[in-house]
Amino acid sequence: MSGFFNTLFFGIYPYIALSVMIVGTIIRYDREPYSWRAGSSQLLRRKQLVWGSVLFHVGVLIIFFGHLVGLLTPIVLFDLVGISHGAKQVLAVVVGGIAGLMAIVGAGMLIHRRLYDARVRAVSSTMDTFIICLLGFQLLLGLGTIPVSLMHLDGEEMVKFMSWAQGIFTFRGDAASYVVDASWIFKLHLFVGLTILLIFPFTRLVHMLSVPARYLWRPGYQIVRERNSTNSRHPAE
Amino acid sequence: MSLLLDKLNFFAKQDTGTFANGHGVTTNENRNWEDSYRKRWQYDKIVRSTHGVNCTGSCSWKIYVKGGIVTWETQQTDYPRTRPDLPNHEPRGCSRGASYSWYMYSANRVKHPLIRSRLLKLWRNERTVKSPVAAWAAIQDDPAKRADYLKVRGHGGFVRATWEEVNEIIAAANAYTAKKWGPDRVVGFSPIPAMSMISYAAGTRYLSLLGGTCMSFYDWYCDLPPASPQTWGEQTDVPESADWYNAGFLMLWGSNVPQTRTPDAHFYTEVRYKGTKSVVVCPDYSEAAKFSDLWLHPKQGTDAALAMAMGHVILREYHLDRQAKYFEDYCRKYSDMPLLVRLVKKDGKYIPERLLRASEFADNLGEENNPEWKTVALDRKSKKIVVPHGSIGFRWGEKGKWNLEERDGAGKDTDLAMSFIDKADHDEVADVAFPYFGNREHDHFAGTNHESVMVRKVPAKKVKLAEGEALVASVFDLFIANYGLDRGLDDPNSAKSYDEELPYTPTWAEKITGVPKDHIITTAREFATNAEKTNGRSMVILGAGLNHWYHMDMNYRGIINLLVMCGCVGQSGGGWSHYVGQEKLRPQTGWTALAFALDWTRPPRHMNSTSFFYAHTDQWRYETLKVDEILSPTAPDGDWDASLIDYNIRAERMGWLPSAPQLETNSLQVAKAIEESGKEAKDYIAQELKSGGLKLSCEDPDNEANWPRNLFVWRSNLLGSSGKGHEYFLRHLLGTEHGVLGKDLGEEGRQRAKEAVWHDNAPEGKLDLLVTLDFRMSTTCVYSDIVLPTATWYEKNDLNTSDMHPFIHPLSSAADPAWEARSDWEIFKGIAKSFSEVSQEVLGKEKDVVLVPILHDTAGEIAQPFDVADWKKGDIDPQPGKTMPNVVVVERDYPNIYKRFTALGPLMSKLGNGGKGISWNTEHEVDLLKGLNGEVLEDGPTKGLAKIETDIDASEVVLSLAPETNGEVAVKAWAALSEFTGRDHTHLALPKEEEKIRFRDIVAQPRKIISSPTWSGIESEHVCYNAGYTNVHELIPWRTISGRQQLYQDHLWMRAFGEGFCVYRPPIDTKGVKPVIDDKSLGRKQLVLNFITPHQKWGIHSTYTDNLLMLTLNRGGPVVWISEVDAQKADIEDNDWVEVFNINGALVARAVVSQRMKEGTIYMYHAQEKIVNTPGSELTGQRGGIHNSVTRTVTKPTHMIGGYAQQSYGFNYYGTVGSNRDEFVVVHKLEKVNWMEEPLDDSGQEAAE
Repeated sequence: MSGFFNTLFFGIYPYIALSVMIVGTIIRYDREPYSWRAGSSQLLRRKQLVWGSVLFHVGVLIIFFGHLVGLLTPIVLFDLVGISHGAKQVLAVVVGGIAGLMAIVGAGMLIHRRLYDARVRAVSSTMDTFIICLLGFQLLLGLGTIPVSLMHLDGEEMVKFMSWAQGIFTFRGDAASYVVDASWIFKLHLFVGLTILLIFPFTRLVHMLSVPARYLWRPGYQIVRERNSTNSRHPAE
Repeated sequence: MSLLLDKLNFFAKQDTGTFANGHGVTTNENRNWEDSYRKRWQYDKIVRSTHGVNCTGSCSWKIYVKGGIVTWETQQTDYPRTRPDLPNHEPRGCSRGASYSWYMYSANRVKHPLIRSRLLKLWRNERTVKSPVAAWAAIQDDPAKRADYLKVRGHGGFVRATWEEVNEIIAAANAYTAKKWGPDRVVGFSPIPAMSMISYAAGTRYLSLLGGTCMSFYDWYCDLPPASPQTWGEQTDVPESADWYNAGFLMLWGSNVPQTRTPDAHFYTEVRYKGTKSVVVCPDYSEAAKFSDLWLHPKQGTDAALAMAMGHVILREYHLDRQAKYFEDYCRKYSDMPLLVRLVKKDGKYIPERLLRASEFADNLGEENNPEWKTVALDRKSKKIVVPHGSIGFRWGEKGKWNLEERDGAGKDTDLAMSFIDKADHDEVADVAFPYFGNREHDHFAGTNHESVMVRKVPAKKVKLAEGEALVASVFDLFIANYGLDRGLDDPNSAKSYDEELPYTPTWAEKITGVPKDHIITTAREFATNAEKTNGRSMVILGAGLNHWYHMDMNYRGIINLLVMCGCVGQSGGGWSHYVGQEKLRPQTGWTALAFALDWTRPPRHMNSTSFFYAHTDQWRYETLKVDEILSPTAPDGDWDASLIDYNIRAERMGWLPSAPQLETNSLQVAKAIEESGKEAKDYIAQELKSGGLKLSCEDPDNEANWPRNLFVWRSNLLGSSGKGHEYFLRHLLGTEHGVLGKDLGEEGRQRAKEAVWHDNAPEGKLDLLVTLDFRMSTTCVYSDIVLPTATWYEKNDLNTSDMHPFIHPLSSAADPAWEARSDWEIFKGIAKSFSEVSQEVLGKEKDVVLVPILHDTAGEIAQPFDVADWKKGDIDPQPGKTMPNVVVVERDYPNIYKRFTALGPLMSKLGNGGKGISWNTEHEVDLLKGLNGEVLEDGPTKGLAKIETDIDASEVVLSLAPETNGEVAVKAWAALSEFTGRDHTHLALPKEEEKIRFRDIVAQPRKIISSPTWSGIESEHVCYNAGYTNVHELIPWRTISGRQQLYQDHLWMRAFGEGFCVYRPPIDTKGVKPVIDDKSLGRKQLVLNFITPHQKWGIHSTYTDNLLMLTLNRGGPVVWISEVDAQKADIEDNDWVEVFNINGALVARAVVSQRMKEGTIYMYHAQEKIVNTPGSELTGQRGGIHNSVTRTVTKPTHMIGGYAQQSYGFNYYGTVGSNRDEFVVVHKLEKVNWMEEPLDDSGQEAAE
């Protein structure tokens, strides 16, 4: 791959993807609040949903946080704690592999259900179908990187990606150069990952921002919103 | 400002406190999101409209509009108030109406003009090189092309077309049909004008200008009770629901008020709080039954037996053993009881013959005008035979004596004798024969073993007539004998006590009906006692439950007898409350001018639909009922041995019933031939008919020259709702796939008709073109060739009235018609415009010969006073308007139909307006309309006439011309009636003379109408509307032969069929089960049940049955109800799919197994659309079937009578009725539920799985 495309895909594209994701999400949250939903089709058909959804979500969450921590934790921190790059690579392959398998099985069930259940299919938007397929593809790619990783058990390959990711977030102009000689499968995986970020605001994925996590620790079972709140309007009064 | 920024308030304190020990918290977070819920119930405007559905509710609604979209509706509550002692009408409405707006934007909405793609391809192909009419001719003249689109009717295949194109096709088809076959082959069916008068009028105005045929609905729906015209000379007139509140004793008989009269039911509840007692008569435990103090549940179809037994008790205790003064006075003044009937010998016994007439006496009893139409009675004072005022002979040809004053023709006061029972009064005791039908064999109805002829003793008197001495009896004495009441004349066939098992004692009735005799006696006593104490405040609410039986007349007359013998009819809080399918068209006389284009040509072509469909869907070819099964054993000698269609042909020939088509030869050509012959039209037609040069179409309904060719259906779901014999419609009228399981008479080798021409191969596919206008894709739309999207009830301007309340109120446009929809008025206007252009290819100004039956409420109705004479048999000469239909030549201006459609024609000024036998000058109102609507300015035949461009213009025409909405006209109308009666009635309208109700008035608030002589009740601040009120209180005669309530029907055919007096007649045997029960059993356990089709809870007929909101309230598809006991016998569990069939076809539905049901019956709420959740039938291979797949129309000869005072034809007034309750069906479980979702193969068959 020529230097130009390498810079375009891994030096410039990440900023486009992240910008669209952030700005797009904010606009959607403000302008289209009624479209902000998970779009669950559980009401239409429970079949395949419970297993598919749980496997998929658990797997994907593990992978998501694995990537987040693995890529964005400063390398010095690992060194400080004393986790060798090799150990981290093995951990990533093992945990990521298991979680990836769960997620891919779940995604397979969800894709099948979305395409072949007439009722679910009838209510699916193009984007609903596209995003689950894209996620499935990305999971396959992710699993496809494992054999490559097994050839680099020393973890040096992974360090390149960590440097790249951290370079992007620290606005280093040469970030793309870290991945210039990575395997094509990694590059494709990176590109699809960035694409998922790009289309994030246009999909049902936004629901992840509204996970009702606060329910876990909020006080009280009954919430009463006060009438005399300064920032609320009461046209009826 | 921003939802996101509002969330970014992590440093502000949000939780402001706790409560409930910390389980609850209060917060001050943003509450703007709540506005979305507020906005959900905000709207831009409220518009007043209603539902133009066949429901007597006629409720006014608030329609909420938001952003140009109708969002929801709620009930209006602003009806004008009633009196202090009477509950108000509002609010009115029900869940069905509240769900209406769902339709407007649903998938089921017809959004664009649709046409069968095969037809459109053929059309476009021909049209590229041919002019429109020639293109249509090319399709019709090629049987293969015609069959190509006919045989796929009902199987989908619609495509969109433009308005211009479909209008041109329709216009070309109409023009071709008028030119080739005759304009009367263009037929239109639309029911219930009162539900949306202007929409109805749009179609019929077009048809009437064209010379097309407008079809009746009331008789076809079997909602017309022929007993009403027979007894009162009135189609049906009934108390408004508020009058229930004035009743002291209220019976509900076969009417399920809370379910089917939901908005009115509150008056029923309220009057019970006032202390009124209520008895409900209903075989099943209906919603009404739970309101009752006493629930009587007779075997279905035996109501007449119950009524006769109650009559037996009342006559015994209030007329014989003791004469209740109020009852006796009432009967003497207002019923035919004092009139004299000739007795003649037959088989050694006497039988009651016709009512004695003045003309039979030597000097006509001093009467010169119409003596043969003046009935007579004996005066108690002078002991002489007198001619009391009021008989129909006084109505026509003279003035001032047509009233119910107790005077004779010479003006002397009279005191009529009711009975000759005193020894001094009678000359002999005659043995009179009465027919008894309760002994006829029927597999499912109990009978008794009495003789077919019951000879009873009747006091009789000898009178001297011109031709010699004759024996006569009073109607009262015969009436009593008919009820089987002993009068001390030593009569073994009359009962001395209620315990004897003789017809019609309570003991006898218990055997027939299953109702305990104590209950019968108690009910009768309480009914009569209340009436005696309150001067007639006993009321019976009755309906379809009784009227849909073949012998509905007997059910009805049995009850009418009770009401008359207790003086209830015409009294506030009393009387006969028949509520089925009669939404009173209150401004009727203003509307007829518009609807039937009486402003341009008179008369219009009207047809009674039952006879029409019986003939043209070839149901007559399958007739199983033979006349000897219903003929009376006491029938006078005559040529009775004929089939039912033969009777109908005779009736049409003798001018009794209308015909459509009328003549086998095109009426436009006949008119030309008349002109060439130089003869009078009447003479020409009479001669040609006699010589056989012209033939009546009715004699050969299967001849292609006599087929109806174009059918418009609008405001109706003919094929999904009212079409009795659904499968025969599909087979013969439409020519598509059908599910008829039986064979016709030819195939079976049974006796065929004598007069109707038999073709061995019955035609399949008589209609060239079926056009349906609807806003929803109904079953009828699915079978049509062209479907036109019409405005919904919230998208057009129209008028609406009901018999249940006295108000007139509008449908008005809340939003423009969505998609490409147009109002019915605009659609027919558009077709008229296309027709004016297209028809010029073949038609110009033409003369058209119209045959008109002898019409009720015209001077012609006194045509055939004595015997029945058929000119075809040489009994008499054909004489138009007297012994055959009248003949009128009218001019059709085909190129100017559009101009005529949109302007009020000159005949209103020239001939005036009127109805029900009276007429008045209406020039003043025509001028008013020129001012209101503006005048036509362009040159042409309509220049200077009042415009009728829009639906509001049309509404103003109706409102201005009708006495009910224009006080000035009301006064004129009452004055016109006063001339007939010699009594001043104008006081009923004078206080409202200056009141003129306009369209914008009723948009502002419903308005109470003005009293008018069109109706027999009055609108008043003191009494509720009650039928017969002006007859009793203003002494205006009923429009019958005697001018009185006619309890004895003396027409020859009435006597021949045993219905001179009311008798009990068990349901007929339609023989629909035996030929198929073994053949088609498929080896499953089967039930044979009586198929009953009541009105339902989740729809108004078929409307709302495809509405998602209503579907979710029940099982979401077709259901039938059966009893637990029956279900067990055939291993049917609740919600199982079952198949229901007989020779007429089959249907499938889910079973509702319910304790409510009486054993032996199956209910299928009528008109559940087969377009929703309906699988295929295993037996027919067709989708579902609807309730009418297992029914077939059976006509009754007595309903064909005409030319005889009240028994003369009137549109929706008299005629054959489409009964359907006597049908039995086989029921078994459906094993394979086939949803038939495969596409059609090339042959038009549904591909096999």
